[in-house]
Amino acid sequence: MQAHSHKCSHKSSIESANRMRTVELLEVKEENCTTKTLTFQDQICKLAEPGQFLMVWIPGVDEIPISLSGIRCDGVTSITVNAVGDATRVLNQKKKGEIIGIRGPFGKGFVPVKGNVMVIGGGTGLGPMMPLTEKLVETASKITVMSGVKCQDNLLFLDRIAKLLCDVNSETICTTEDGSYGFEGLVTSQLEKKLANEKVDMIYTCGPEPMMYHVFRLAEQYNVPVQASLERIMRCGIGLCGSCVIGEIRVCKDGPVLTSEQLRRIKDEFGKSRLDWTGKKVKQ
Amino acid sequence: MSNPLATQIADLKLSNPTMLAAGVLGYTGLSMKRVIESGAGAVVTKSMGLEPRTGYCNPTVVQTDCGLLNAMGLPNPGISHFKEEMQELNKLEAPTIFSIYGFSPEDFAEVAKIAVEIGAAAVELNVSCPHVKKVGAQVGSDPSLLMEIVKRVQNQIDKPVIVKLTPNVTDITEIAQAAQKAGADAICAINTVKAMAIDPETCKPILANKYGGLSGPAIKPVGVRCVYDIYDAVDIPIIGCGGISNWQDAVEYLLAGACALQIGTAIAFQDITVFKSVTDGITNYLEHKGFNNIKDIIGLAHEM
Ligand SMILES: Cc1cc2nc3c(=O)[nH]c(=O)nc-3n(C[C@H](O)[C@H](O)[C@H](O)COP(=O)(O)OP(=O)(O)OC[C@H]3O[C@@H](n4cnc5c(N)ncnc54)[C@H](O)[C@@H]3O)c2cc1C
Ligand SMILES: Cc1cc2nc3c(=O)[nH]c(=O)nc-3n(C[C@H](O)[C@H](O)[C@H](O)COP(=O)(O)O)c2cc1C
Ligand code: FES
Repeated sequence: MQAHSHKCSHKSSIESANRMRTVELLEVKEENCTTKTLTFQDQICKLAEPGQFLMVWIPGVDEIPISLSGIRCDGVTSITVNAVGDATRVLNQKKKGEIIGIRGPFGKGFVPVKGNVMVIGGGTGLGPMMPLTEKLVETASKITVMSGVKCQDNLLFLDRIAKLLCDVNSETICTTEDGSYGFEGLVTSQLEKKLANEKVDMIYTCGPEPMMYHVFRLAEQYNVPVQASLERIMRCGIGLCGSCVIGEIRVCKDGPVLTSEQLRRIKDEFGKSRLDWTGKKVKQ
Repeated sequence: MSNPLATQIADLKLSNPTMLAAGVLGYTGLSMKRVIESGAGAVVTKSMGLEPRTGYCNPTVVQTDCGLLNAMGLPNPGISHFKEEMQELNKLEAPTIFSIYGFSPEDFAEVAKIAVEIGAAAVELNVSCPHVKKVGAQVGSDPSLLMEIVKRVQNQIDKPVIVKLTPNVTDITEIAQAAQKAGADAICAINTVKAMAIDPETCKPILANKYGGLSGPAIKPVGVRCVYDIYDAVDIPIIGCGGISNWQDAVEYLLAGACALQIGTAIAFQDITVFKSVTDGITNYLEHKGFNNIKDIIGLAHEM
């Protein structure tokens, strides 16, 4: 009886999360020259796990997947969007008071652990790492946040990270490819140094796939488990249409956060290929 | 001892009656392999045509009260590309059925030929998609055009030809009979029901394509009625599809006259485990009711 009622409530919760809700933007905050954080209120999102994502409807334009960058128990929710194309550009031009549609939150998020953890964000991939870090502050014994960007103008959330980590055993490392801020080079070379010197219990990462692939390779070499948030073309967001599959895994439902064990199972495709909009496998 | 769940559609033997419905998780070999390993008796691919298609813009899916609306726009990489994906599936015992579409009878025949060359155990003609012009439902509501397509495909291949029908017609039995007359080996009923959703806040249709197809629990009674009517009108096997979420739904379709079942939308809300829970449920039902095998209950509701 217990199991049955649990199943029913689970089913209806997915169905209700999948309902399109229109929400009014409470705040639009500029983070850097191409990135903005949009805030709105939604009661279903308050229960989201860090790493889960929304399908965001920009009426008349498109619907796109975006991770939650802020989750609060009062339902005040945020997404952080980098303007790379039509939909993201229109989204970032929205003003306070304007309306967007949302479905979700969807997928499996990050699982916080104890011990010495590394949190690695590449570019806008730092977004979902913010609510994760908020949780890790409660569980981990040491947190190292690493942020890798192309140049100083692309830096994100420095104040937010500083505030979050001020009272805990932590470290923040920034890298820029052009050396305009922090260490020059790729974030993965800083990770490698860390792994060579410290015993790490978990690596969390989100960012461009080549970066995450490199992180995964290093983690395997040093025997450290990984949780990585992947990106694929998404249409349904609920594990039905197949647009987002990699190997046997649906990124929208079985992910977007995948564990080392899952990443090993998709090693023929992870970092190598993806499906395009026709469903054809193409090189990354 | 014989398998009580074994069923057959023309030459096609299935170890159990459940199948993955067309258009759902059907892009890659590995994702369909996972569905088979999760308990499906067969899988149907995405609908494929001669040329690649990107499909429609998002939103392509809308949740409604008791169903799901979709307008994907038949995205697919083109039939030839699918050869590679078949490598894994050809090794498995459960058959892969190719769902195909075309813009003309010649197209259909050409796609069917390639499908069989790369490993299709049967082809399912998608003449019932409610949201792509010139293919789909427009074809499936024109008996003479449908007959020409079925004949051409039959002439081209020696594997079973399944015709998937749309409920968006005045009389589905007339279409089913036309398909049988032209030589179809089986009927699949039903594809999605043409529908739409409008957002009150923005006053806009939600789907980028405006219209879509309704699937899930909302359409089950429509599907059961169609299977029931078709069962009386033709002598070829019927595959039931539309809103199957649990074993009770599956049994309802079997009683109406279906000898196999396709499941789509339920995967979103219960995951791929739905195939096993449906087959386990049918097994228990047969035992409990004292039936030897599913053949004993196919069409039983007609004897009342
Ligand atoms: C799980 C997930 C979480 C994401 N989280 C964020 C986030 O927090 N912040 C952020 O800025 N971006 C995020 N993205 C990426 C974001 O979805 C794309 O940048 C966005 O869709 C681009 O749309 P566009 O129309 O502006 O650009 P386009 O010019 O259309 O495309 C630019 C790139 O984005 C890809 N893209 C477009 N639409 C989709 C789609 N429906 N699904 C997947 N990829 C698409 C295109 O294939 C292309 O590679 C996330 C993606 C996924 C899958
Ligand atoms: C996301 C999605 C995509 C679909 N694509 C196709 C398709 O390409 N070809 C087809 O014949 N039917 C397609 N269908 C229809 C299903 O195969 C099935 O007929 C319908 O969804 C009813 O079954 P269900 O209620 O179990 O989902 C699609 C359905 C869904 C939900
Ligand atoms: S986006 Fe449809 S299955 Fe993942």
